[in-house]
Amino acid sequence: MKLLKDGKPVSDDWTHLDDADPAPAAGGIIVSLARWREERDALLKRGQVGIRLKSDEAPAQIRDDLGHFGVIALEFPVYRDGRAFSYARLLRERFGYKGELRAVGNVLFDQLAFMHRCGFDTFEVQKDPDADRFAEALSTFSMRYQRAADDAPTALELRHKARRNVAQEGR
Amino acid sequence: MYRYDDFDQTFVNERVEQFRDQVARRLSGELTEDEFKPLRLMNGLYLQLHAYMLRVAIPYGTLSSTQLRKLAEISRKYDRGYGHFTTRQNLQYNWPALKDTPDILAELATVEMHALQTSGNCIRNVTADQYAGVAAGEVDDPRIYAEVLRQWSSLHPEFSFLPRKFKIAITGCANDRAAIKVHDIGLVVVQNEAGETGFEFWVGGGLGRTPVIGKCINPFVAKRDLLSYTEAVLRVYNMLGRRDNMYKARIKILVNETGVEEFTRLVNEEWAEIREGYLELPEEEVQRIRAFFAPPAYEALEADPAEFMQKLDADPAFADWAHANLAPHKVSGYAIVNLSLKPIGGIPGDVTDSQMEAVAGLADQFSFGEIRATHEQNLTLPHVRQKDLYALWEALQALDLATPNVGLVSDIIACPGLDYCALANARSIPVAQMISDRFADLKRQHDIGPLKIKISGCINACGHHHVGHIGILGVDKKGTEFYQITLGGSAEEDAAVGQILGPAFGYDEVTDAVENVVNTYLELREGPGETFLQMVRRTGVTPFKEALYEAA
Repeated sequence: MKLLKDGKPVSDDWTHLDDADPAPAAGGIIVSLARWREERDALLKRGQVGIRLKSDEAPAQIRDDLGHFGVIALEFPVYRDGRAFSYARLLRERFGYKGELRAVGNVLFDQLAFMHRCGFDTFEVQKDPDADRFAEALSTFSMRYQRAADDAPTALELRHKARRNVAQEGR
Repeated sequence: MYRYDDFDQTFVNERVEQFRDQVARRLSGELTEDEFKPLRLMNGLYLQLHAYMLRVAIPYGTLSSTQLRKLAEISRKYDRGYGHFTTRQNLQYNWPALKDTPDILAELATVEMHALQTSGNCIRNVTADQYAGVAAGEVDDPRIYAEVLRQWSSLHPEFSFLPRKFKIAITGCANDRAAIKVHDIGLVVVQNEAGETGFEFWVGGGLGRTPVIGKCINPFVAKRDLLSYTEAVLRVYNMLGRRDNMYKARIKILVNETGVEEFTRLVNEEWAEIREGYLELPEEEVQRIRAFFAPPAYEALEADPAEFMQKLDADPAFADWAHANLAPHKVSGYAIVNLSLKPIGGIPGDVTDSQMEAVAGLADQFSFGEIRATHEQNLTLPHVRQKDLYALWEALQALDLATPNVGLVSDIIACPGLDYCALANARSIPVAQMISDRFADLKRQHDIGPLKIKISGCINACGHHHVGHIGILGVDKKGTEFYQITLGGSAEEDAAVGQILGPAFGYDEVTDAVENVVNTYLELREGPGETFLQMVRRTGVTPFKEALYEAA
């Protein structure tokens, strides 16, 4: 398992903690929603905590706690299960989450661009990550038809901006 | 016709290159077939029984003659010299080689076409009324909004891995030729009391294992809210649609299990969050797209000119064709012409390269270079001068494209079935051919009147059997093909799911059974004014059942 951030393989400062395992004294840990609920006070006291949401756990459930997490990991149990694409957009665009948003599970190279546009900024990939290929995946398309968490202008916005500029020059 | 600007062209070109890279990685073995599958499916490439199949999008069924010539050329160069028009206004090539598919897509891109989202669990190619822009009584041209949706849904980052496929259809008329009530979202362009344009939103229709007629969840969504409302529906579906069972994953199941009221509440709750903002559809974009669909330069012509009326009187074969295959045009002196892709005994929807090229030529000569594909697997020339109809008919006859059977018993929808499809349980095409042959007598067909037969080779219902006036479903019983008959379905504004008649029939019996049903209708109808569907609705299936099973 390798972690990609900003298009590069980076070392992972976080450990996914099984519900049964005790938390280590130091270092970042990522816990399940169930464990967060059960041990909330202790975890808050400890600090350096992240959360991992399964694909049937909508992020609205942690909306009030977002400030406590150093990372939120959203799970893709199989590549076909695309719920986390919506969850990521909600976290970024509606709930205003600014921290690390990590894609975990069955994360495929050809989905990275979609995930990135929905607001993921780190990716646990199964195959050996290749920084060049990652940059390539994100730059395959030079334009887009929809707004998402990446907040880049769409073809529709650009074409009317261009038309307005032409109209203004004409005046 | 919509024309790409630099943004649209760049996007499609970049998509071709992306797919070229994906195919290269598959051919080199870097990607397994399993890993490649979701990638090829997002680009209309299926693995069928014998070969790959490439499904090309014909957005909202509108084609230029240039595009049709390119489709012909591709079929000759990369396939076996024919294509197959589908029930979603797409064209399928049945025999492309994997290594050629990037080149095929590159060729399509040169005529502003693609195969984006013609398969996979994403928002599929948006379909529309084939008479868009030319039907009398149309509120507004549905293609404008279909194009808005095409762009918005293209490689949508959030909605490309939905629980299941998602189909949108749109019509601008009260007369529904786009089967909108059996789509995941069906849209009807309507006007409210203030005279503003908007959409009736029908959600949760679909065929397959569980046929459901859609429910109207909002009688008027304003034009500016088209994208925000659609996105709200899709987001609710993406988060809540079932993922545990692919047969229960369509939005129709979510709507039924949630209840339409609660589902509507969830959509409205989501919509309230996103309604005001960047999803608002600017009127200037509507106007930009509308300009592409401006009416062609029609001449001022008198309706029903003498040369047309005389030919109708003089030539009964022409009159038969005119009766079945023409539809009224909103402009005086013009007609909408349907080209039947259902020659007697032929394969529904198949068309050869030379036929495609000839139709492109006829479109240039007679129809401002424009062609439409219909969900009933025929083609339409949307703007033909009535005075040219006889010459056009003669040309179409020479091409075997003038069978006067549109809307009649031999105008059969059939899925590819076991002849091509990996999912099928039974053959569909040869059943369509047998029935077509049985009713070859055109006088008899015209006497029977409007009758839609739809055949699917398996429960997935690609041949829309549930909504056939007569529906035929192929099933497999211990390795033998059997066919179940339903009556009384409709895909139009009076949409309904047909009722099963009784035990299924063998491959050799099904044509007799259909004929028996038709004969019962002819015997018991209240005169030729009562259509088959009207009679089924009046009498129910009982008289048909009695005649069919008691005779046996």
